[in-house]
Amino acid sequence: MISTLGAFMTKEVRHILRDRQTLTVLLLMPLIQVVLFGYALRSDVRDVRLAIVDPSPDYATLALRDRLQAARRFRIVATGRSMSDIEPLFRQGRADLAVSFEPQFAARLESREPARVLIAVDASDPNTGSTMQAYARAVITAYEQELGAKGAQPVRIAPEVRMRFNPTLESVNLFIPGLIALVLTLVSALMTAISLSREKERGTLEILLVSPLRPWQIIVGKVFPYLGLAFANVLTALVAAWLVFNVPFRGSVTLLLVESILYSMVSLAIGVLVASLTPSQRVAMLVALLATMLPSTLLSGMVFPLASMPKVLQVLSNIVPARWFIVIARGIMLKGVGLEHLWKETLVLIGMTLFFMMAAVRSFKARVA
Amino acid sequence: MTAPLAAPADLAIVATDLTRRFGNFTAVDHITFDVKAGEVFGFLGANGAGKTTAIKMLIGLLEPTSGEAKVAGLDLRTQTEEIRRRIGYMSQKFSLYEDLTVLENIALYGGIYGLTDRQIRERAAVMLETLGLSDDLVGRLPLGWKQKLAFSVALLHEPAIVFLDEPTGGVDPITRRQFWEMIYAAAARGTTVFVTTHYMDEAEYCDRISIMVDGRIATIGTPLELKQQWKVPSIDELFVRLARPS
Repeated sequence: MISTLGAFMTKEVRHILRDRQTLTVLLLMPLIQVVLFGYALRSDVRDVRLAIVDPSPDYATLALRDRLQAARRFRIVATGRSMSDIEPLFRQGRADLAVSFEPQFAARLESREPARVLIAVDASDPNTGSTMQAYARAVITAYEQELGAKGAQPVRIAPEVRMRFNPTLESVNLFIPGLIALVLTLVSALMTAISLSREKERGTLEILLVSPLRPWQIIVGKVFPYLGLAFANVLTALVAAWLVFNVPFRGSVTLLLVESILYSMVSLAIGVLVASLTPSQRVAMLVALLATMLPSTLLSGMVFPLASMPKVLQVLSNIVPARWFIVIARGIMLKGVGLEHLWKETLVLIGMTLFFMMAAVRSFKARVA
Repeated sequence: MTAPLAAPADLAIVATDLTRRFGNFTAVDHITFDVKAGEVFGFLGANGAGKTTAIKMLIGLLEPTSGEAKVAGLDLRTQTEEIRRRIGYMSQKFSLYEDLTVLENIALYGGIYGLTDRQIRERAAVMLETLGLSDDLVGRLPLGWKQKLAFSVALLHEPAIVFLDEPTGGVDPITRRQFWEMIYAAAARGTTVFVTTHYMDEAEYCDRISIMVDGRIATIGTPLELKQQWKVPSIDELFVRLARPS
């Protein structure tokens, strides 16, 4: 059993190493894509999850809270006494925006002193981030004018905005995790799709199927040797992101590498599935491209925020592996969070790997039977 | 014409009413035949007569719609795994890896069939010696050599039966002759050879042949028997007569 699979994997590794041209293209692709996309991609949010910090509630803060709650874009998910109460929510990605009033808010208004309010935004997606803070400011300004109109003298509320996780609002920081996802899917899915459909076209697959090699062994044997290549791709993409764009690495690089490998496995398995369902190498290539590239760019939250998509697409995005990987990569790179906050996404990726592998084995067997 | 009560051990293949349908189309229609251990059996038929479908059932690539078969004494439906270890197969398409060297191809198939490294080394050395090959990339070999190599690789794990699906398609007459010498050598070592071909002179080299027409076996026997039975001078003529009924 082991030697059978081992012989098959050895052969796959030989294929990979022998075709120098393809190998060079595959190794350089992530570098070129990260650099090109990184430079090229520089760029209505609903259901903003709002956390309120109100150390001493009074009529003014309650009125503002009412107005924020009434604004249809906001949903208050937590109310706390101090910023440290809601900090964990931010890290876990359970709040998008925090509005924090300073103590004695109403008293300061009455004494005509500027009453300060802090607006903190999760800006790991900078577009969404700046939109969200603008909404909050609009509500606060409206209240300020309302008070000013009632009283004889103008009052002043001084909002201060803090962009969390991505203080400089670099859109490249947002894109890099998505880009890594795109490159990995593309390269991984294409590699296995091409290599397996080539065996189909040349008739070698038939010989393998007649041999004692089991379908699952063929699939595992196809996927694992390419993981080495995928790993090289991850490294290239990360190093390019770091050197060229100074994308921060706040979290564990090891965890990011492990997650990237896991994500590559999903893509490799998709490639195998595509190859076993399509009649020729050419069709397999096209299908692999379409099946991975479009969802990974459009439905993953890489370019367009999922939050502003129609419900149908939001639901649909759940089956796109890149959507989960991007949450993981952004979490690790930009927020510096660990597995304790990303285990759910990780489990989804593991589940997807198993699902696509088994689907590939099944469709394989269906061809044989 | 055949021994009526041959013991199963003497029979490499026993097919009983083997049938395969694709939708409404019956590609193989209740074929019943047997192949004796150690013989060279020619499986003839025009294109589309159902030869390839029949072979694919016998080697476990296609499941029969109905009927039974025993291959190497094992049940086709329940003992597919064991059968796979005991058969070799060479398809119509050339099926070694062109971007690997001769030895790398041998190492791959040896490994898949569970040979030890030592067995692989020894058999590879014998193979290179016999074929007069050096360890080049397979893609650089001329077609005739490739076919001979593919046949040798199909025999690498010393299968009880080897299935050859049009092994000599597109090769020159001299190489075809050499190829048949290899087939005889394999049969002499006790391997049963099940071969399909379009060349009727090759049919004459077989111990026994069957001719398939429209999914059925129209006739079966030794070339000599068949010529006498149908009163034709050659298998070629018999083939044309059966394949194109007046």
